[in-house]
Amino acid sequence: MTHSIAAQINSLLASLILLTAFALLAQRKILGLVHLFAWQGFFLALSTAVIGFASGEHHLYISSLLTLGMKVILLPYILYTLIRKLKIHREIEAIVNIPATMLIGIALVVFSYHLTAPIRELSSLMTRSTLAVALATVMLGLLMMVTRRHAVTQILGFLAMENGLFFAATSATYGMPMVVELGVALDLLIAAFIFGIFFFHINTTFDSLDVDQMAKLKETD
Amino acid sequence: MVAPLDIAGFSVLLLLAIAAISPFVRAARAFQITVMFPACALASLAAVVAGGISVAEGTVASATMYPGLPGLPFHLRLDPLSGFFLVVIGLMGVCVSIYSVGYMKGYGGQRSITHMIVFYALFLAGMLMVVLADDAYFFLVAWELMAAASYFLVMYEDEKAENRRAAFLYLLIAHVGAIAILLAFGVMAGQSGRGGFDGYTFDAMRTAHLSPGWATAAFFLAFFGFAAKAGVIPLHVWLPEAHPVAPSNISALMSGVMLKTSIYGIVRFAFDFIKEFPWWWGGVVLVLGLISALMGVLYALMQHDLKRLLAYHSVENIGIILIGLGLSMIFASFHLPVLAALGLIAALYHTLNHAMFKGLLFMGAGAVLHATHERNMEEMGGLIHRLPWTAVFFLIGCVSISALPPFNGFVSEWLTFQAFLLSPALPNPLLKLLIPLGAAMLALTGALAAACFVKVYGVTFLGHWRGHQQPERIREVGWSMRLGMLLAALSCFLLGIMPTWVIGWLDTIPEQLCGAKLAESAGRYGWMWLTPISHERASYSGPVVFVGICAVVAVTWLLLHVRATQVKRVPIWDCGFAKLTPRMQYTATSFSMPIRRVLGFLFAVREQVEVVPHTNHPAMPAGLQYRLRIRDRFWNWLYAPQGNAAYWVARQVGKLQHGQIQVYLLYSFITLIVLLVFLG
Amino acid sequence: MSLHPFAIELLQLTLLIVLAPAFSGWVKVLKCRAQGRTAPGILQPYRDIRRLFAKNLLVAENASWIFRFTPYLTFGVTVMAAGIIPLISVDLPLSATADVIALVMLFGIVRFFTALAGMDIGTAFGGMGASREMTIASLAEPAMLMAVFTVSLASSSTSLTQMVTVMAHSDFFIRPSLAFALAAFILIALAETGRIPVDNPATHLELTMIHEAMILEYSGRHLALIEWAGMMKLLLFFALGIASFCPWGIAPSGDIVLLLLALGLLAAKLVLGSIIMVLIETGLAKMRIFRLPEYLGSAFLLATLGMIAFFILE
Repeated sequence: MTHSIAAQINSLLASLILLTAFALLAQRKILGLVHLFAWQGFFLALSTAVIGFASGEHHLYISSLLTLGMKVILLPYILYTLIRKLKIHREIEAIVNIPATMLIGIALVVFSYHLTAPIRELSSLMTRSTLAVALATVMLGLLMMVTRRHAVTQILGFLAMENGLFFAATSATYGMPMVVELGVALDLLIAAFIFGIFFFHINTTFDSLDVDQMAKLKETD
Repeated sequence: MVAPLDIAGFSVLLLLAIAAISPFVRAARAFQITVMFPACALASLAAVVAGGISVAEGTVASATMYPGLPGLPFHLRLDPLSGFFLVVIGLMGVCVSIYSVGYMKGYGGQRSITHMIVFYALFLAGMLMVVLADDAYFFLVAWELMAAASYFLVMYEDEKAENRRAAFLYLLIAHVGAIAILLAFGVMAGQSGRGGFDGYTFDAMRTAHLSPGWATAAFFLAFFGFAAKAGVIPLHVWLPEAHPVAPSNISALMSGVMLKTSIYGIVRFAFDFIKEFPWWWGGVVLVLGLISALMGVLYALMQHDLKRLLAYHSVENIGIILIGLGLSMIFASFHLPVLAALGLIAALYHTLNHAMFKGLLFMGAGAVLHATHERNMEEMGGLIHRLPWTAVFFLIGCVSISALPPFNGFVSEWLTFQAFLLSPALPNPLLKLLIPLGAAMLALTGALAAACFVKVYGVTFLGHWRGHQQPERIREVGWSMRLGMLLAALSCFLLGIMPTWVIGWLDTIPEQLCGAKLAESAGRYGWMWLTPISHERASYSGPVVFVGICAVVAVTWLLLHVRATQVKRVPIWDCGFAKLTPRMQYTATSFSMPIRRVLGFLFAVREQVEVVPHTNHPAMPAGLQYRLRIRDRFWNWLYAPQGNAAYWVARQVGKLQHGQIQVYLLYSFITLIVLLVFLG
Repeated sequence: MSLHPFAIELLQLTLLIVLAPAFSGWVKVLKCRAQGRTAPGILQPYRDIRRLFAKNLLVAENASWIFRFTPYLTFGVTVMAAGIIPLISVDLPLSATADVIALVMLFGIVRFFTALAGMDIGTAFGGMGASREMTIASLAEPAMLMAVFTVSLASSSTSLTQMVTVMAHSDFFIRPSLAFALAAFILIALAETGRIPVDNPATHLELTMIHEAMILEYSGRHLALIEWAGMMKLLLFFALGIASFCPWGIAPSGDIVLLLLALGLLAAKLVLGSIIMVLIETGLAKMRIFRLPEYLGSAFLLATLGMIAFFILE
C-alpha cells in the first residue's frame, strides 16, 4: 500500500518536474528562471526522498539533502547574486519563438516516451514510468540551451539537464552510488563557479551576456 | 422487382442519351434548359434509388458489358460501397440539376447551353461509371471521361485568360494523378498472378497476394493519384483556382461530389483490394488528413473571394474525411474490426455530409453571384434583406459545415472524435499517445471553420451593403434555384437529426470491408439515441437537442410576448459620432486579422501600409493605402521550382533549334547512324 | 425515499435557471469585497433583469431576424446545456442527449449566433467583437477539448454521467494528468466566460471589450435574455469543472438524503470555486489582446501535458 501511494506521489512530483522544465522554456524573466530552477530542484529533492523512503535505500536521503542544499539554495543563490551584480534583469531573447519551442518540447516528450518504452517493459521498479519524464527533462534542458541567447539561460539549461540525469538515475536504478553522486555534486558546484567567472569576463569584454557576441571571436570574418 | 444494377445502368444510359440528343435540339434553348436538366435530375434520382437499395440490402451484383473496348468487355459491379457513392453523387445530382435550370437561365442568350448540357451529363455519367467500374480499363475510361468533361465545364467561361489557366492547371494535376492510378493498377495486375488482360479486373486484384513491398507501391501510387484529385495538401493548388472560375452549379458538383470519387478509390484500394496492410499506411493517411484539414481552413480564413474560400474548405473537409479513414486503417491493421468500422463510418458519413453542405454552400454562392454578379465578399453585405431565402439556406450550410449541433457536420465530426478517443485500445504505446493529440488538431480545425463561416455569413449577408452598384436592383433568385438549395438544406438537417438511421443503413459497408457492424451498438437505444460503441462510452441525441432547444425558444418567446411591448426601430448607436458609413464595417480582411497575426507564420503574408501625402501639410495625409498579399507557401516550395526546372529543360532543348536546314539534316543523319550502330 | 429522474431533471433545471443570477450576484459581491468597494447585494442581477424585461425594445434599423432570434436561441441552448451537466445527481434523463464534446459544441452555437448578431447591425464594434471572440474561441476550444479528453481517457467515456460515476467511485488515486487538465480548464473557463484576464465583463471601453462589443446594440428583453444566459453559462462552467474534476458527492441515485447532501456539497464547492476565481480576477490585470494567444497556448500546453502524463505516468 505504501508502495503504491509512494509511486503515485512520485508520479505527481515527476509531472511537476516536467511542468517546471516547460515553464523554464516559457519564462521570459531571468529571475523567474532562477526561481523555477529552484522549484525544480525542490521537487527533485522531494521525489528522491520519497523514493528513498519507499525503497528502503537510505542513502537516497543523503542525496536528497544534497540536492536540496545544492540546487535549491546554493546554486540559485550564486546565480541570483551574479544577476544582481552584473545587473542583467532584461527579458531574455529566444532564437525560436516560445510557442514553437513548446511544440518541439511536446514532441521531445513523446520521443523520450517512445525511447524508454522497452525499459518500462523490462523494469520492475515502481519508478519505471518516470524514466520517460527524466529523459524528457534532459532533452528540454538541452533544447533550452539551443534556443536561448542569453548566457544565464545556457547555464540554467545545463543545470536543468543535470536535474534530469539525476532524476533518471533515481528512477532507473534507485540512484547512483554515493561516491558518484558526491562527485557530480562537486562538479556542478565547480561548474557553477567557472560559469560565474566566464559570465563576468564575457560581460566585461562585450558589455552583454548575449552569447551571439561570441561570434566576434572568430578570426576571419 | 428491378435489380439495383439495372436501375444504375438506366441512370447512366439516360445521362449518355441526354448528352447525345442535346446537340440535335440546339436551337430550342428553353426546351434544353427546362427538359434536359430535369432529365438529369431524374437520372440522378435513379442512381440514388439504385445505390440506396444496394447499401440497404448489402447485395453485390455484377455484370459484363460486351461492347466494351475491342476484345475487352467492361465489367460492372454494384456493391454497398459503390452504392453509397451512387447515393452521394445522385443526391447532389438531383439538387444541382434542379438548381441549374434557374442558374443557366441567368446566362441569358450569351452562351451555348448545349455545351453545358452535353458535358454536364457526361460529367455525371462519368462519375457514376467510376464507382460502378469493376475493371481497371473501364475505371480509367470513366475516370478520364469525368476529368475531361469537368475540364470543359471549368472552361465554360473561356474568354478570360484566368479561367483557361485554372482549367489547364486542373487538367495537368488530374492527369499526373491519373498516371499514378494507372501505374497502381499495373502493379496490382502484374502481381495478381493472372496472365493477360484478366489481371486487370478488380476481381483479380481482390484475390491477388501481394508482397508487402509491391502492396505498398500499389497503394501509395493509387493514394497519390487520388489525393491529386481530392486536393490533399500539397496537391491542392488546382482547387482554389478551378472552383471559383467554374459556373457555380459545376463547382457544387466538383467540390461536393467529384472529390469524393477519390475517397471511393482510396477505400476501394485499401479495404477491398489489399485488405492486409501495416499501420503506418493509416498513419500517413491520418497525418496528411490532419495537415490538409488545418492548412485548408487557415488558407480559407485568409480569402475574400467567396468561391475560393469555399474551395479551400473542400481541402479542409477532405482532410477530415481522410482523418476518419486513416484512423479506420490504423484500427483495421491491428485487427480491431469494430473500431475500424467506427472510423470508416465516420469517414463515409462525413463524405455524404460534406457533399450536402458544400454543394449547398456553392449553390448559395452561385445564387449570390447570380443576383449581384460579384464574388468578392468585400463588395457585399446586408444581402439577407435582399435574398431572404438564399440567406436562410446559406445559413444552414454555414452551421452544418461549422460542425454545430443539431446539423449534419457535427455528427460526423463527433464520430471522428470518438474514434480518436478509442486509441487506448491499440497495442502500440506510441500510437496510443500520439493519436489523441491529433484530436486537438481536429478541434482547432473545427473552431477555425466556425470562425471562418461567421466571417463569410457576417460579411456577405449581414450588415450594410458595401458595393458600388445599387442594392435595390438585387433580386431573390428564381424558384428552381431555391428548390435545389432547399433540398440540400433539408438533407443537411435530416442527416443531422437521424444519425442512427443513416448508420443503420450504412452498416453493410463496414460489414463487408472491416468485418464488423456498428448499428447494433449504435442504435441499441432506439432511433433517437446514437451510442457508437456503448452508452457508457458516449451518447448523442440529435432529435432531443433540436426539440429541446426549439421548445425552450418557443416557451420563452411566448412568455415574453404575452404582454405587448413596443418595438422601436432606431438608428444604430454611433457613440455620438453621427457619421457612420457602411465602409466602417468590419470587412473579411479585417475580420481575420487577429488570426492572421497569430498564425501568420504559416503563410507568406506581405502587408504594406502607404501614406498618401497631402500637398499642403505633411501631418495631414490625404489617405492611407493598405495592401495585403497572401500566397500559398506550397506554391513556392513545390510547384514553382518544378515549373522553373521544366522551363529550364525546355530552354536547353530549345537550343537544338537553329533554323538552319543543314543542322537539322545533320541531326537526322546522326540519328540514322546511331540507329544503325544499335541494329548492327 | 427517492425522487423520480424526471423530477431531479426538473429540479436541476429550476435550480440552474433561478439561481444563476444569485450566483453571479454573489461573485460580484465577493469581488467588491476583495477590491475594497461597496457591494450592490446578491439580488442585484434579479433587479437588473426585471428592469430590462419591463423596458421597451429598441432594434437597430438594419437588424435582420438573426439579431432578434439570437437572444432566444442563446437562452434556449443554455437551458438545454443546463439539463445535461450532472449537478446533484447522475440520474438525469437529459444527460444522455449530449456528451461533453456535444456540450462544448452547444456553447459553440451560442457563440456562432452571438457573433453573427454582432455583425448584423453593421457597426465597427459588432465586427470587432465578433472577430475577437471567434479568434479567442478558436484557440480556446481545442484546449478545452484536450482538458476534458484527459478526463475522458481516464474514465474511458465522454458521457458526463459516466465520467462522474467512474471518477467519484474509483479508488483514490493521485492523478497528475487531472491536475494539469484542471489547471488548463481553469484558464480556458476564464476565457470562455469572458472574465479577467481575457475579457472584462464590467467595461464598455472599446479597447477592452470583446463579448460586450457584440451585444452592444441589444436592449430590453433581448439584453435580459442574453445577460441571463451569460450568468447561467458562468454557473454551468463551474458545474462542468466540478463534474469533471471534483465529482465527489454527486448523488448516484435519486435518494433524497443523498440529494440534500449533494446540494450542500455543491454549495460548498461553488463558494470555494468562486473565491478562487475572484482571487484570480483581482490579482491579474486584463491582457492585451495579442498576449492572449500565449495565454491560451499555455492552457493548451497544460492540457496536452495532462494527456501525455496520463499515458506516461498512469
